[in-house]
Amino acid sequence: MTDKSLSQIADPAMPAAGLGAWLRAPVPTSPFHARMQQLWLQWRRLRSNASALFGLCVVVVMLLAALLAPILATHDIYEQNLAARLLAPSFQHWLGTDELGRDVYSRLLFGARITLYIALLTTVIVAPIGLIVGTTAGYLGGWVDTVLMRIVDVFLAFPNLILALAFVAALGPGIQNAIIAISLASWPPIARLARAETLTIRKSDYIAAMRLQGASSARIIFGHIMPMCIPSVVVRVTLNMAAIILTAAGLGFLGLGAQPPSPEWGTMLSSGREFVMTSWWIAAIPGTAILLTSLAFNLLGDGLRDILDPRHG
Amino acid sequence: MKPTRALIEAIGLSISFGAKHARTRVVDDVSFRINKGEAYGLIGESGCGKSTILRALSGLNSDYDGALTLTDKELPKTRSKDFFRRVQMVFQDPYGSLHPRKIVEKVLAEPLAIHGIDRASERIAETLDAVGLGPSFRYRYPHELSGGQRQRVAIARALITEPEILLLDEPTSALDVSVQAEILNLLRRLRIERNLTYLMVSHDLAVIAHICERAGMMYKGKIIEELTSQQIRQSQARQDYTREFLQATIEAVARRDEAVA
Repeated sequence: MTDKSLSQIADPAMPAAGLGAWLRAPVPTSPFHARMQQLWLQWRRLRSNASALFGLCVVVVMLLAALLAPILATHDIYEQNLAARLLAPSFQHWLGTDELGRDVYSRLLFGARITLYIALLTTVIVAPIGLIVGTTAGYLGGWVDTVLMRIVDVFLAFPNLILALAFVAALGPGIQNAIIAISLASWPPIARLARAETLTIRKSDYIAAMRLQGASSARIIFGHIMPMCIPSVVVRVTLNMAAIILTAAGLGFLGLGAQPPSPEWGTMLSSGREFVMTSWWIAAIPGTAILLTSLAFNLLGDGLRDILDPRHG
Repeated sequence: MKPTRALIEAIGLSISFGAKHARTRVVDDVSFRINKGEAYGLIGESGCGKSTILRALSGLNSDYDGALTLTDKELPKTRSKDFFRRVQMVFQDPYGSLHPRKIVEKVLAEPLAIHGIDRASERIAETLDAVGLGPSFRYRYPHELSGGQRQRVAIARALITEPEILLLDEPTSALDVSVQAEILNLLRRLRIERNLTYLMVSHDLAVIAHICERAGMMYKGKIIEELTSQQIRQSQARQDYTREFLQATIEAVARRDEAVA
């Protein structure tokens, strides 16, 4: 395990009794040790939550599939074979072939790369923006709050997909533009959440205590308020992944996301639509993949909410 | 005790809350002076404005009229960093005054980082030792500590920048009685060791009588009279309200004093 090797580097005083004893030691001996013990407790809580664990497993399987796609794939995903089009699942083609004779299984694996790429990149863009805007508005209050929240309101006034559609239409189709469009459409709810969270803690004694230590607003926002908001934002973002995947698939389906030869799930689904009565697998398989992934992220987010809630320490 | 040179002085302090048309005066023309090394108490029932004075003095609430001075200089409404190094506060509720996601070491390291004070690691160890917490508490999260231990951490945080003045906002009222005595004795010891000046707010006469030499009795936003701890113990009061207040709690004072001593 990686954290075992890490701990040995960071804490040479670790007893020979092993990782388990080190994690359960009654008195932590370094800040790193204390953090690892907390992580260990959280992991134990997650482990006892069956649905969250299922979600985590599916996500891990997805990540592995995306990483190992070139090894696991059985066919070239762009190679067309019109003699073997619309074949039902068999030994030759595990999940059948599509209307151009391409192997659906291999395309599904490579599609996982695109889907996860969109979901993760969007999250990486969206979470810090939402967090900074929300905590700043919530902590500073006054006209800063008013201005930032009215901007958020403008974005929230449109449905997510419509807004993303409008941006993609303006920017032009493609994966990068889809990511930018989805990011623009999905940071406001996170800002709202972070602001709400900030409002509940800005009046607390520990923030007052920091002000009395002479801490600057920036230090309080980044050092003391953000750590309190991060758990709920992590939960929200995980739950949001499902929505992001669906939006990306929706954009792909409408022809505004990834473009046809690339095996994005939404695009695959859209091209299988014509054959759904005769060759169900072309549409059903990417559809199931979208469903499973969204479900897995939702379950994982739900479980994370249980373990990361500050009230549980 | 004759006042020599006031370290803190409040002159005509008034504080109001609420919008313009419905403003209520919570503190009304209050004046008091605290000498260096002295412990001054503010007593009164809930809502009489004693904590409000403390929040105004600490700089948490800058919306007040009148003047607050520190070593004969009037304090600006927005306090300087230097002020925060000289004056520190301990809050009432130890469960709310520590950041739930920071280990003790981080809580104590923060003020040192803000004021750019050297020897952080040694100072943390010394201060923890001074408040009676061993090195085993250094890497603990607040939720792993009891109420009394948390309040010790909060006191350590206030002391780590070596202030001259400690503002104590009912520091023991959230703790149970046996722990209260420990914290009060700790505060008494620290005051002697570090030559601190205290301004303590409490509704508990026993606590005030144990810590402070002088106390102001507050009623409806005013200090109606000043008493020495001797007068509190012997319930010698001039005002009717004070006499009533003392009478109501005098048995508790006697009882608690035995327990504390």
